[in-house]
Amino acid sequence: MTEAQPNRVTYGSTLVELGHRNPRIVVLDADVPKSTNTCQFQQAFPDRFFNCGVAEQNMICVAAGLAASGKIAFASTFAVFASMRACEQIRTSVAYPRLNVKIVATNAGLDNAGDGVTHQGIEDLAIMRSIPNLTVLSPSDPVTTRKAVLAVAQQDGPIYMRLGRNLSPLLHNENVDFQIGRMIRLREGTDLTIIATGNMAHAAVTAAKALSEQGIQARVLDCHTIKPIDREAILAAANETMGIVTAEDHSIIGGLGSAVCEALSECCPALVRRVGLKDCFASSGRDYRKLLAYFQMDATAIQAEAEALMQSRRAVKVPSMLTECPAI
Amino acid sequence: MRTTESLPELQRKACRLRQHIIRMVGVGKAGHIGGSCSCADLVAALYFRVMQVDPAQPDKPGRDRFILSKGHAALALYAALAERGFFPVAELDRLKQLGAMLQGHPDRLRTPGVEANTGSLGQGLSIANGMALAARLDGSDGRMYVILGDGEINEGQVWEAAMFAAFHRLDHVIAILDRNGLQAMGPTKTRLDTEPLSEKWRAFGWFVIEINGHDFGQILNAFNQAKAHRGSPTLILAHTVKGKGISFAENNGAFHNGIMNQEQFNLANRELEAALDGLQDQP
Repeated sequence: MTEAQPNRVTYGSTLVELGHRNPRIVVLDADVPKSTNTCQFQQAFPDRFFNCGVAEQNMICVAAGLAASGKIAFASTFAVFASMRACEQIRTSVAYPRLNVKIVATNAGLDNAGDGVTHQGIEDLAIMRSIPNLTVLSPSDPVTTRKAVLAVAQQDGPIYMRLGRNLSPLLHNENVDFQIGRMIRLREGTDLTIIATGNMAHAAVTAAKALSEQGIQARVLDCHTIKPIDREAILAAANETMGIVTAEDHSIIGGLGSAVCEALSECCPALVRRVGLKDCFASSGRDYRKLLAYFQMDATAIQAEAEALMQSRRAVKVPSMLTECPAI
Repeated sequence: MRTTESLPELQRKACRLRQHIIRMVGVGKAGHIGGSCSCADLVAALYFRVMQVDPAQPDKPGRDRFILSKGHAALALYAALAERGFFPVAELDRLKQLGAMLQGHPDRLRTPGVEANTGSLGQGLSIANGMALAARLDGSDGRMYVILGDGEINEGQVWEAAMFAAFHRLDHVIAILDRNGLQAMGPTKTRLDTEPLSEKWRAFGWFVIEINGHDFGQILNAFNQAKAHRGSPTLILAHTVKGKGISFAENNGAFHNGIMNQEQFNLANRELEAALDGLQDQP
């Protein structure tokens, strides 16, 4: 039975599960195995675990070489280093030859609150999403994280997955139908739709409950796959509700919000308000939730954007977006 | 069996590779003549004597693998793969054409026999490390041969990979440094001088063999030593001449990615023809 726990812990235990099932699974880490939780696999299968040291570029290409020899290579480090320090290695040595490398990055978004900007991966979805052949995942809770890790091991080809480091409450039950590329409906609603990814899915549900008390019924979609994006669910949301709020622990540029807007603007223009980091660097904060609140990326912020969206729909005009980055 | 060919036969093969290189570049188009010709003898030795590969089964498990980390010398690799029978020689004439199997830089999905998508410098040795780890896990005896450029080793990732290979005692990784002394914009010494090379690689934990990269006796001897060596990866420091075999391109930085006029193209072909003729009489 899956319990509320950090998604990275679920990742570690699922790797061990996979390791028992499939001898082709190998795991690499850039000397943060305790943080990423690949240490669980290291203990269980020391011969199939490679701590590559603090050398991410080499690690990604070593993973490519292992995959080119028939292994299923999981490579982990923090999101900011996986997606940026080793970006071109992912592009050219992994994605271009479509190798079976699974890059699973932890400390996504601001969730490494204390360490500050250097360790906060706020651009990874934008960068990874633009690389051809790469599937990009961002599961929300322990149940879907386990299912996502099992699914990517089954699917031949390169993937990038981002995971949080903080405690993740359970959002889904064990029987949830997890399919790469298909959003999961967390809550029914016909007034507006909140599309959230990763850690923000929980905040989206909290916001929807608060909105419900005001008589606003929000549909909540858990968007665990950023690429390929579930256009069908997005278009249905635009057609069936009055607008969309996106929520991600990521820059508002290039991630989930952008992917949703791209899908809509081609087929079904709709009002979209994006909750995320508003084109600024964050900062250190002792408490992840307080940090999110400070940067207007929590349930309260989602609720405020939803209310603004509903108001603007009633006034039949589009208000100016809140784009000011709060000063520290 | 083709892998037991005599030294003159290997020299003739290398000449054939250079003829293909010149034909692929052609007249009035830029092509990496210099770096392709500097490693042509090394590539010929690998594909026609040293490596266990099967063109009928390019993905055969346990095979030896070759990674041209300096992917811009793709012409030498393509010529060898075609001569070895991985694909028809006629494909060489379609180099860089839209829809062709031969890209400007190697692509393992398009071209049979290509093991890694190189061309972005500095990544090939790391890929070979991963392949060597996989071979070790599988109990396979296949070797990973990697040709590095001497400009390429400016890249920091090469040194990450060098440390990794030595740390994991990857004695099935055999790197060959094509030490032609010139990189794209001029002499390596006046860019980011990487000397002393032999001492540096030894300090990184590698077994180093220094040779003349155009002397087949020395080349084959080095590969034999490398294959026999245990406990650490091997670097063959091969002193070469950029543009080797083409008089006007030899040691000429302009032919790193140079353009031949008709006269130069004809001269290159005459020189290679003459070199082949000179080798015909030998056993």
